Amino acid sequence: MLRYTLLRVLGAIPTLLLVIVLAFLMVHAAPGGPFDDERVLPADVEANIARAYHLDESLPKQLLRYLGGLVQGDLGPSYRYRDYTVSELIGAAFPLSLKLGAMAMALAIVVGVSAGTVAALQQGTYLDRTVMAFSMTGISIPVFVVAPVLVLFFAVKLQWLPAGWSSSTGASRMVLPVITLALPQIAYIARLTRASMIDVLGRDFVRTARAQGLGTLTVVRLHALKPAMLPVLSYMGPAIAAILTGSVVVEEIFGIPGLGQFFIRAALNRDYTLVLGIVVFYAALIVLLNLIVDVLYGAIDPRVRYR
Amino acid sequence: MILSRGHFTQALLVALLLALFGGCSDRSVDAGLVLQRGTNSDPESLDQHKARSVQAADVLRDIGEGLVAYSPTGELVPAAAERWEVSADGLTYTFHLREQARWSNGDKVKAGHFVFGLRRLVAPATGAFYANMLAAVANAPEVVSGDLPVDALGVEALDELTLVIKLARPTPYLLSLLAHPSTFPLHPASVAEFGDHFARPGKLLSNGAFVLDAWVPGSLIALRRNENYWNNAATTLDGVNYHVVVQDAAELNRYRAGELHITSTVPPDNFASLRAQYGSELHVAPYLGLYYYGFNLLKPPFKNNIELRKALSMAIDREQLTDKILARGEMPAFSWVPPGVDSYEPTVFSFASLTKHERETLARRLYKEAGYSEARPLKIQLRYNTSDTNRKIALSIQSMWRDVLGVETTLINEEFQVLLANVRDAEVTQVFRSSWMGDYNDAQTFLSVLEAGSAANMPRYANDEYESLMKRAATQVDPDRRRLYLEEAERVMLADHPVIPLYFYVSKHLVRPEVSGWGDNVLDYHYSQHLSLSATN
Repeated sequence: MLRYTLLRVLGAIPTLLLVIVLAFLMVHAAPGGPFDDERVLPADVEANIARAYHLDESLPKQLLRYLGGLVQGDLGPSYRYRDYTVSELIGAAFPLSLKLGAMAMALAIVVGVSAGTVAALQQGTYLDRTVMAFSMTGISIPVFVVAPVLVLFFAVKLQWLPAGWSSSTGASRMVLPVITLALPQIAYIARLTRASMIDVLGRDFVRTARAQGLGTLTVVRLHALKPAMLPVLSYMGPAIAAILTGSVVVEEIFGIPGLGQFFIRAALNRDYTLVLGIVVFYAALIVLLNLIVDVLYGAIDPRVRYR
Repeated sequence: MILSRGHFTQALLVALLLALFGGCSDRSVDAGLVLQRGTNSDPESLDQHKARSVQAADVLRDIGEGLVAYSPTGELVPAAAERWEVSADGLTYTFHLREQARWSNGDKVKAGHFVFGLRRLVAPATGAFYANMLAAVANAPEVVSGDLPVDALGVEALDELTLVIKLARPTPYLLSLLAHPSTFPLHPASVAEFGDHFARPGKLLSNGAFVLDAWVPGSLIALRRNENYWNNAATTLDGVNYHVVVQDAAELNRYRAGELHITSTVPPDNFASLRAQYGSELHVAPYLGLYYYGFNLLKPPFKNNIELRKALSMAIDREQLTDKILARGEMPAFSWVPPGVDSYEPTVFSFASLTKHERETLARRLYKEAGYSEARPLKIQLRYNTSDTNRKIALSIQSMWRDVLGVETTLINEEFQVLLANVRDAEVTQVFRSSWMGDYNDAQTFLSVLEAGSAANMPRYANDEYESLMKRAATQVDPDRRRLYLEEAERVMLADHPVIPLYFYVSKHLVRPEVSGWGDNVLDYHYSQHLSLSATN
């Protein structure tokens, strides 16, 4: 088992290295550099800046310097946020994005499943149609439209909630971003739950349970909910991906200093080290998750270990 | 009672909802006398030598203080220096620092701290963006290029409170340079202790009205009052928050929600309705910035072809552009130097006073003289960097040139860095979009752009008469004669039509009624220390 795990870990290193080298070459191939501007600098000044940030060295040398730092766990200083290192920026931004995503996911599951179940139980009624109409709207309206509308209503008009992240220190600043991010997922999950719940409610074992005299809520809770959750469970993967990409837009609109926002800005600013740092971080995260899954598979199924 | 699993789930749900929706009353705009300002990007750094952007300079002017500063209406006033003398030849400035000036840790601000800061600015190892700010100071260019050691720079501390700056040539605008954050003093001991990371919250020592309290990159820069500031009694604010809001529409929403007292700009669309809605809260003021088109003077058809360049410039209806197409308060440009620059009267194109009909008739005649006609129209490419505004302007100019002269213009939009690279190469470009923002309040900052040796001279303009006028202005001590040389230089340059000035930028802010002390000025500098808040929101 230990040997298998070690082999898998060693196998992940070339993958990571390839990702880093490719990403490094790609950001440097993009036209322009981190310090280009309409206010062109005198040649002397430009040369001094390039030297101070090691941009005067050849690409292979820069790559080696970067890899050398990486081995020591140093992702380098950011070119755009010159007082901060890339590790510091990622370290502060990732937990925030994670928290935002997790809360949105939790909200989406709780509200989506409840709404879907209610709609299934009241199938064909006014309530059912309302829930489904709302969910259709939720799916079709993009995040960058929903966010400003929510802000206009709850922050500008009613003044209940802050319009921007930095205007508050409490939990209230999470509300609008989490709702914005969760809304399309709530809609999707509600529709999925409704369809599969209707299907399950028509099955024989549910009829048997009812025949035994159990109430509707008990039947749903004890018998129907679990099997009805299967399609929702398999939707979790795409949902997490959707929340990750959606968070980029939400972070930008609400001014949340999360990883998505930094990624976009770093690319636009040609902040080589920050772009690379985030790519490396995501790549390592994915490799790690895959690794854990592989190792777990190996633990469960011995055949995998000896293949 | 033992909680069942169902109850537990319900309790968890309630807790989650409480966490989500609790604490709705923590809107910080109501908290004491803290000014809430919008800014559209983070400073690159609060190390004044690694900083570059306008946004960084705004924060640096709040926390630091140079020898001189600007008043709310844009006049130079004494700051860290109480008074100064200038030698008769205009080459030696002697500054007398305030006895009471202190760093935020209570240390005295000494002349040596200015020397340390200025030397670090020009030292090649620093890689400072504004290293050429001090080009007029004795030996500065040689230090920047590495030919002379840093201590050869013409700055010296005679004693604790006396600073002498020696210049290589008279520089009437020297004082305005000394209001720029790159020339502020630095606390040598803290730089030595923290090295590259001295400009961080908890470490940064500053000598201005505020000190850095916290910085969350991508979100917020929080400043609090500097109790050790020499003029702390005059500061009325307890703190200033700079909120980073990238999208201008989001910034407007936050202003409307009462979260910001001052916005960094306003969204470009629906300007008229904003003006109607906000009335006196909307401040629009001339700004030291120019939007222009340049010609590639190294290649045909514009090389040695003044008539053609003039015809194209005259065929453009600038009022139509600013009043109808953009309609955001910008001013049509008939000169290179914007109006409102200190002790300077910009030369304007002779055609500025003509009627539209006269102007277009003249343009057509010049176009013919240049050898073009309906049968043989000019075919050119116009390059601009991708943006809504740039596209709008390019489209209308394309149609103006077509309607008035019959020119066939191909529009090419490129990513900003690609356009810059193309303009630099001067191979494929013919007409290109660019802009220039003044670094200080003097005509020099605009006119020097088109000097032959300037890196920013994108059209590659070269005219001996212009060069000699600029050189004479650079060595002239008498401000009136210097001004005449500069004005003459602009006249000479405009007559050559190397560029088409289109419009001058304006600064736009929304300022809440409870903010007082705000002054509109061409530099768009608004020191927080001049502002105050009435406690009632």
